[in-house]
Amino acid sequence: MKLQSQHFQAKTAEALADTAGVAQRDVLALFAPMLRDAAVQEFGSFEALRQHVKHIRQHSLDNLDYYLARFELEATNNGNQVHYADTSEEMNSIVLDICQQHDARRVAKGKSMVTEETGLNDFLQRGGLEVVETDLGEYIIQQAGETPSHIVGPALHKSEQQIRELFLEKHALGERELETTADLVTEARTVLREHFLKADVGIIGSNALIAENGYSMLVTNEGNGDLCANLPNVLIICTTLDRVLPRGEDATAMQRLLVRSATGQPQTCYTSFYSGPRREGELDGPLETHIVLLDNKRSDILASDYKEMLQCIRCGACLNHCPIFAAAGGHSYGWVYSGPMGSILTPLLTSLEASEALPNACSSCGRCEEVCPAAIPIPDLLRDLRHEQSRQKITAPRWRSGLKLHAWLAMRPALYQFLTGTTMTILHRFGRKKGSFSKLPLAGGWTGKRDFPAPQSSTFMQQYKARSKADE
Amino acid sequence: MSDPSAPRVSLFVTCLADLMRPSVAFASIRLLEQAGCIVDVPLQQTCCGQPGYNSGDYESTIPVARRTIELFEHAEYVVAPSGSCAGMLREHYPKLLQGEWRERALALAEKTFELTCFLTDVVKLDSAPAISTQMPAVTYHDSCAGLRELGIKEQPRKLLKELCNVEIKEMQQTDVCCGFGGTFCAKMPDISAKMVDDKLKNAVASGASMITGGDLGCLFNIAGRARREGIDIEVRHVAELLSGDLYSPAIGEGE
Repeated sequence: MKLQSQHFQAKTAEALADTAGVAQRDVLALFAPMLRDAAVQEFGSFEALRQHVKHIRQHSLDNLDYYLARFELEATNNGNQVHYADTSEEMNSIVLDICQQHDARRVAKGKSMVTEETGLNDFLQRGGLEVVETDLGEYIIQQAGETPSHIVGPALHKSEQQIRELFLEKHALGERELETTADLVTEARTVLREHFLKADVGIIGSNALIAENGYSMLVTNEGNGDLCANLPNVLIICTTLDRVLPRGEDATAMQRLLVRSATGQPQTCYTSFYSGPRREGELDGPLETHIVLLDNKRSDILASDYKEMLQCIRCGACLNHCPIFAAAGGHSYGWVYSGPMGSILTPLLTSLEASEALPNACSSCGRCEEVCPAAIPIPDLLRDLRHEQSRQKITAPRWRSGLKLHAWLAMRPALYQFLTGTTMTILHRFGRKKGSFSKLPLAGGWTGKRDFPAPQSSTFMQQYKARSKADE
Repeated sequence: MSDPSAPRVSLFVTCLADLMRPSVAFASIRLLEQAGCIVDVPLQQTCCGQPGYNSGDYESTIPVARRTIELFEHAEYVVAPSGSCAGMLREHYPKLLQGEWRERALALAEKTFELTCFLTDVVKLDSAPAISTQMPAVTYHDSCAGLRELGIKEQPRKLLKELCNVEIKEMQQTDVCCGFGGTFCAKMPDISAKMVDDKLKNAVASGASMITGGDLGCLFNIAGRARREGIDIEVRHVAELLSGDLYSPAIGEGE
């Protein structure tokens, strides 16, 4: 997917001007945390589970070479073909090759952020294949020619009315009303059923790869993943190599965190484990299965100070709890992943310079870290990225020099107190009547949107020193 | 003669109280003394270094942090009328520094407290100056660093209840950021304005006519936006309320 993150601020301004969109995001920002909170409370020992899974994930990543080899061995024994792809292009080519080997024309696709990352759909379509997204949200945005605005709910930015209009336009099904949401879902189901039945290849993602048995776990609410996996003759699972976990029970432990954090459900409708192709005597299932494991800089991240980011389980809780995400909307982030996790992943997977705004789209409020089921220190990682930007001089020069000057002054108390004392006294004199300034030199960033409260008096240090002197 | 067993507190004034609202620092001293502490103010202090640190300029912040440690590590307790500055000393200096300096940062962290937290969890403040005026309906903004880094939630509410008989009118989403975020509010003004508008909307909807909180940065942001938008709500630091200082103009208000 093409990077658009350099336009973050402009896109945010657009998003904020769309009042209906703002209202829709505000509702999500209010209710999604409530749902998650209720689910976490009901579970009880969520924190203990969180720490337990964090420990396992850390262990798996620290021993990734071992567990990947084990996974490959077991998956191969189950009849899967395991492929490794270093880059997005490689993954796309591997998938296209498999499709072409089978003379495939139609692909039914389950939801997968990894394939959004690699731009797989476009690539396959250019290769002559018809690709249909089968997750309802993904299907909607595919029909609309858009990209996901949220990693869990890709079409959350769409209103019911927009979806109605879209279906009426895109589905050649004659005169109809589609009055209720149930009508919309029924129509999508009917249309998608045809695609499932006609597809030659199914492509899905994976929430976890289990080393001990070579299984791949997938969590969905719609069951579309199972239809993609079982109806076509060929199944391709596209995921990244950091998804591997040692045991089945580790995957299910992670799943308990995932569903509650993502949607506040105690359980999703479907949690499936895919072992491999149809075995002798079995009545259904794919005849051939492939697992394509993408690296795309994950190895670099693993070797870096940002390795904790690989523990992300893609639940979207940080998006749902981030007031900046609520204000900006997912599309403003300009790439596949949005919100706090996207503001870390995008610079790491694309370009720190082109995505300059993203690590700065953070007020360090810490709500994301508080709810992150993987206990990733998100604000720390974002600050470290800002540090990297500062070191590489990507940060705007006026900010760099301003902050350097501030620190320089903070090291010189006599000068600092003289300058602040003089400035505050003057500002106080000019501002005391009105109480605040609507404009102030060098404070445009502040006064663009808010008044600058006038200092109450001279500085505390001036007054305190004067009082101490008087007491002597 | 002072009580030899009295806790000795070194006040970390914070740059915002020093420059913009000295009444908060004076109120802090009064409250600490009332709680039986002997308070001193190291005169060489400036700023904890958050602006540079949060913007990723670790290199310039390191000397500022070391300097602050040198100034305060002799103290029995360090108290700051700000969750974010106390959080900087407690949580972030040890992350920023290494080796021997990290050890010293950790030692300082252990004895550093935010004001309301110190007045409830460490010493006992059981009487406040009688407030002669009727207290208005008050809502409390939980500043992020205090809330999430230091666990400050009940402490200021308890003090306001016990000392001023103020029952907080809780607003919806009180734990959501007000959009200040230090340099964030100047770097991303549109988003920040939306966040502070939400905060003001929730505060007004609570029925309160005053917002209080423990961090001047957030309070300046809230008051500044209220002034800009013509929203009539008084904004004061919690230390001012607790010490009965309701007479000087509220933040952003004229004389």
